[in-house]
Amino acid sequence: MSHFLDNLTFFKREKETFSEDHGVKTDESRRWEDSYRARWQHDRIVRSTHGVNCTGSCSWKIYVKNGLVTWETQQTDYPRTRPGLPNHEPRGCARGASYSWYIYSANRVKYPMIRRRLLELWREAKQSHSDPVNAWQSIVEDPKKAESYKSRRGLGGFLRAEWNEANEIIAAANIYTAKQFGPDRIIGFSPIPAMSMVSYAAGTRYLSLIGGTCMSFYDWYCDLPPASPQTWGEQTDVPESADWFNSTFLMMWGSNVPQTRTPDAHYMTEARYRGTKTVTVTPDYSEASKFGDIWLNPKQGTDSALAMAMGHVILREWHVEGKSEYFDDYVRKYTDLPGLVMLDEQDGRVVPGRYLRASDLADNMGQKNNPEWKTLVRDESSGKIVVPRGSIGFRWGEEDRRWNLETLYADGNEIRPQLSEIDSKDEVVTVAFPYFGGGGNAHWSHTEHDPVQLRNVPARKVKLADGSEVKVATVFDLMVANYGIDRGLGGGNVAASYDDDVPYTPAWQERITGVPREKVIAVAQQFAENAHKTKGKSMIIIGAAMNHWYHMDMNYRGVIKMLMMCGCIGVSGGGWAHYVGQEKLRPQPGWTPLAFALDWNRPPRHMNSTSFFYNHTSQWRHEKLEIGEVLSPLAKESDFQGHMIDFNVRAERMGWLPSAPQLGRNPLEIGKAAKAAGKDPKDYVVEQLKSGELGFACEDPDNPANFPRNMFVWRSNLLGSSGKGHEYFLKYLLGTETGLQNKDLGDETDKHPREVKWREAAQGKLDLLTTLDFRMSTTCMYSDIVLPTATWYEKDDLNTSDMHPFIHPLTAAVDPAWESRSDWDIYKGIAKRFAELVPGHLGTETDVVTLPLLHDSPAELAQALDVKDWKKGECEPIPGKTMPNIVPVERDYPATYERFTALGPLMEKAGNNGKGMQWDTSEEVQALRDLNGIQSKGSAKGQPKIETAVDAAETVLMLAPETNGKVAMKSWQSLSEKTGRSHTHLVEGHAAEKLRFNDLKAQPRKIYTSPIWSGIESEKVSYNAGWTNVNEMIPWRTLTGRQQFYQDHLWMRAFGEQLCLYKPPVDLKTTDAMEGKRSNGNKEVVLNFITPHQKWGIHSTYTDNLLMLTLSRGGPIIWMSETDAAKADIKDNDWIEAFNINGAITARAVVSQRVPEGMSMMYHAQEKIVNTPGSEITGMRGGIHNSVTRAVLKPTHMIGGYAQQSYFFNYHGTVGANRDEFIIVRKMDKVDWMDNDDAGDAMYLEGAK
Amino acid sequence: MEIYLNQFFFGVFPYIAGAIFILGSLLRYERGQYTWRAMSSQTLNNSRAFRWGSVMFHVGIILLFFGHLFGLLTPPEVYQAIGITTAAKQQIAIWAGGIFGMICLAGMTILVWRRLFNERVRANSAPADTFILVLLYLQLLTGLATIAVSVDHPDGYVMVQLGSWAQSIVTFQAGAWEYVVDVHWIYKLHMFLGMIMFTAFPFSRLVHIWSWPVAYVRRAYQVVRAR
Repeated sequence: MSHFLDNLTFFKREKETFSEDHGVKTDESRRWEDSYRARWQHDRIVRSTHGVNCTGSCSWKIYVKNGLVTWETQQTDYPRTRPGLPNHEPRGCARGASYSWYIYSANRVKYPMIRRRLLELWREAKQSHSDPVNAWQSIVEDPKKAESYKSRRGLGGFLRAEWNEANEIIAAANIYTAKQFGPDRIIGFSPIPAMSMVSYAAGTRYLSLIGGTCMSFYDWYCDLPPASPQTWGEQTDVPESADWFNSTFLMMWGSNVPQTRTPDAHYMTEARYRGTKTVTVTPDYSEASKFGDIWLNPKQGTDSALAMAMGHVILREWHVEGKSEYFDDYVRKYTDLPGLVMLDEQDGRVVPGRYLRASDLADNMGQKNNPEWKTLVRDESSGKIVVPRGSIGFRWGEEDRRWNLETLYADGNEIRPQLSEIDSKDEVVTVAFPYFGGGGNAHWSHTEHDPVQLRNVPARKVKLADGSEVKVATVFDLMVANYGIDRGLGGGNVAASYDDDVPYTPAWQERITGVPREKVIAVAQQFAENAHKTKGKSMIIIGAAMNHWYHMDMNYRGVIKMLMMCGCIGVSGGGWAHYVGQEKLRPQPGWTPLAFALDWNRPPRHMNSTSFFYNHTSQWRHEKLEIGEVLSPLAKESDFQGHMIDFNVRAERMGWLPSAPQLGRNPLEIGKAAKAAGKDPKDYVVEQLKSGELGFACEDPDNPANFPRNMFVWRSNLLGSSGKGHEYFLKYLLGTETGLQNKDLGDETDKHPREVKWREAAQGKLDLLTTLDFRMSTTCMYSDIVLPTATWYEKDDLNTSDMHPFIHPLTAAVDPAWESRSDWDIYKGIAKRFAELVPGHLGTETDVVTLPLLHDSPAELAQALDVKDWKKGECEPIPGKTMPNIVPVERDYPATYERFTALGPLMEKAGNNGKGMQWDTSEEVQALRDLNGIQSKGSAKGQPKIETAVDAAETVLMLAPETNGKVAMKSWQSLSEKTGRSHTHLVEGHAAEKLRFNDLKAQPRKIYTSPIWSGIESEKVSYNAGWTNVNEMIPWRTLTGRQQFYQDHLWMRAFGEQLCLYKPPVDLKTTDAMEGKRSNGNKEVVLNFITPHQKWGIHSTYTDNLLMLTLSRGGPIIWMSETDAAKADIKDNDWIEAFNINGAITARAVVSQRVPEGMSMMYHAQEKIVNTPGSEITGMRGGIHNSVTRAVLKPTHMIGGYAQQSYFFNYHGTVGANRDEFIIVRKMDKVDWMDNDDAGDAMYLEGAK
Repeated sequence: MEIYLNQFFFGVFPYIAGAIFILGSLLRYERGQYTWRAMSSQTLNNSRAFRWGSVMFHVGIILLFFGHLFGLLTPPEVYQAIGITTAAKQQIAIWAGGIFGMICLAGMTILVWRRLFNERVRANSAPADTFILVLLYLQLLTGLATIAVSVDHPDGYVMVQLGSWAQSIVTFQAGAWEYVVDVHWIYKLHMFLGMIMFTAFPFSRLVHIWSWPVAYVRRAYQVVRAR
């Protein structure tokens, strides 16, 4: 009753002693204990996860008490693996465990926010314009008004607004933009659908319905390894982490497993307990290093040199000396090593050319269908050249079902592909190979070997259809020569011993990487011997560290070659385990129709973001890297002239890469004009392009007609994280204060592009930047409108990852707090307002869409033998062949909302598809009618409802083969029509099963085996990439149908990458102009700038979370070595500035033995909104890590319409590399927190008024 | 006016202070169980100097407390009965008070310095923490200052006056204030600060005094509670 009175019970106290009076039992009140009990009591537990592009994809228990989320703990109910294999649980880490802090923190976005300057203009405009679209027009068409709010971006001044008002502005801006400039000028950036697929789909569904552009992310993040599409025709497919346990030789090469794959790392340590040998390859002493039985530390950026040397050892000992039947058999069956390549005469030298094709030989070798897309091998038994099955020519348009990897001649005879012509050669030819190890960036060691390496190769003569004779060699023979292995053929530049200083011996690499040759030889030998004994169970875990270099393809192909040579790909416990980004959207074919509104219109507009941002943030105007620096010494230089962007423009024009905005005019206007001219839109556009009356938007990016005008960012922190060239974004795209320190190429007219019109630089291209987020991120700070979205504990959604085979949900533990709404509801609201405002401006319109030559479609067979540019008159512009396809799409703008909320009729009419397979799905649509209910009126009458996020999730689950056994059966049957083999046995046991959203809420569920992916879900083997290719004989989706060591596209040859080799990092020339020129009195040191994934956050999320800030140093940090710190008189925890011509960063120094000399590390995406002082260089607040970077393109990534090198969204295209960057580091003289009444703060105050 | 002030501060105010002290403590004990604590800052800064300061302060102030308790509330008849003269008691009071006071002063100086100038402790100090410490410090200084006055009247007469006042207050006798009308102002200041201390007591960390762990000295090694 009363604490005090309860103490006054002197006469009632019972005391009982025990243990000879050493103990006493009393009857004092125990009420105080309840406080401890109440601390952990809760009202309910709800299953959710963190949609944060962390491959962990851990399921969590969310605890709710008194209507509030209180904390979270790890779920432990994952389905079991199988006997002998450790289970998945528990999965989680400190980052995820801190998430609930965000929900009620001061950093939560609680209401729609609009920048004051814009809101005032809007309210004023609304006074004189009753139509909101006209009101918007009156603002953005007045340059003064437009400039007045654009220039305040990033400077605060937000006001709380109403949802109605925010939706109205956004809808009005979208309508105005679509009408005035074209719907493709409306852009949406959202990454990684796998982390919350319904939220992703909400925005892209809206955009796809109105004709907006969806931006890619995997390539822009540089998580996409271009080596994967090049080698396998596969975006990325990798083993689940449980399969690490099955490996017996595990390498962690540039992947900091315990730090960045925290919930999965246990499989690596468990494998070590089982006896697996582990080798770690990292330049720094990382957390992963201590797990290695051997630790190799090559200088950063030289991994391909190390891999080449290991490949040299493996190739020599196991293939040239022929020790392993398993390896020999594997490479003949599953790789292109037996492939025949023509040797071209060029400038008096012989160089490796393209693959010999059936069309080259008499009568097309009897092939009627696609003979120019069928590669050849020599049959060892008959000695004849034959057409093996499985090349890309068999995939499309073939009458017989022969697209498979059976070792049969196209006609059905058994063949044995011949690897080498060394015993059957007609002659020994001296072939020229490029060598790049003598050039590149001066911060790396070079060797003085000749840039052209002449080596002897055994060759045969072949008579072509036209009567001429050519020499051909096998890929194997060329590759042995390229690795510099002496086979007794005479000639120079080959090594008989590992100690010879010839590229690419272990001795040669020592000077470049710094790793002792004995270690390299030992690791290579053990790697191969293990693979030989276990039939391929050697595995390499690999990550961003190697993929973020400009020449990432060389690093990756070097490693992939080791694996392919040893028969490790497609084998459980072996292979290439690349983990960067949560890219595996397991129920992909069920999700694609929802996300891109394929149920209403096809095709959608997709864009590769790297080329887009390079172009539209005007980073190209500052390009310092010239083509000559990356071109092969063997290339015909005259054919490869121009600025980096010229190559991208050519690629867009030839249909290799997508475009956004697409054409130089409003595509709705083009549709109208075609109709007025009485012409088919396709013919009309071709005519206009040919006559030059119409161009591509990319050819004139500074023309206001071609600006991206409206942009949505959701589920992303583009400007605080992935935006390479941050300061360029600020200046050109946003038109606000920037820390940019260099001038564009304006004066250097000789360096101007040829294909792009040079005009005065446009600034502030975007009229409206809308960001959806739950926290006030850096991107929000720069946006015009910030919409408060539900957190991961407040919405229903789906989540998958490549690290485990489960699909599991995000579910709403509590309703969205304050005025926040789920992404689904936000876009639904915008769609509604759009549909209400659009009548009178747009009705039913013909939108002319350009579609690049897509991978997994017949268009991937575009130009087989050569590259012809229609613009130069080398060929005719043929849509879908020599230029993008032109597809008119009917859009019913007033029906946008009705279409958004219903599954459209195309699913029944046109069926569903994925990766080249097609199947009927009317049964599933009918099931959705029964499950979700139907729309009873409007233009979607009778169609299944998609009103809520759960309806959307059910749609995905119903349509996807991975979550609906019946659909899986249908998709496998569809594949059988190509391969002529039966595959349905892989999924028969699940044919009657389906997963519903509530099933997932009960427990994470394993998906079903689907032909969309190359591994299987089984009780016997773990998921591993390439398993179905090897075991089901399904060809890789490449030119040869096999894993490709050799790349024969003209551009690959021109840049010297037909075979893998070492390319040093490129020189981006960003420090010389600044070093010592802007002194603050402190010493300066120039360091390589490495931006690995971090320990205290997942990308930028959690870096502003108080709990994680407490565990780290509480603000931005840059790691550097003790040696470099001493050179610049920097002590640990000093405030330092890192800068170059791109911009400047302020941070604290972490001086550590971990880091080797010459290198600095800044964990990427540390938000600049926490603890970041002003920069002495820019006079602004310090930037993010990308303030010192700029995107650089690589022409080989632009190749298209060429089998595996064809565009697909997030599959192939230019990537945003940034590790070749250098910074100048110095101690700060004055740490200015900029908290005085300067302009910036005045804006905050103004906003608060 | 002077009469009124004497009457108020030494006749009425002691009861106001006492009421706040008792009722305030009770209420805080009832309503704020989680706030009933010493709020030690030892985890923020645990230097050797601090530990010395803390021990000297606590030893000094506990002894001073008992000194005042017995010195003020023991009727003259009682100590005279055991043979201690008033003059002798005055000497004991001066010496004991002086020594304990100096120990306490040394400790407290360290504590005040630490509270004000140690960055971490200062950042974690509520205004009440600093106020109570400074109050105690002033109280101690005025107490020590009374010694200088007391040596001028070794007969102990003033001491008896103060004792009579205190005994009259606790036995609810009217006119207690009259005993101290004529004492030196330094005593009055000391008494006034003392009453302020009682007033502030329930609102500060001083409440931990109520929970002194005296039973700890002789309790059983293991204490278990019945269900």
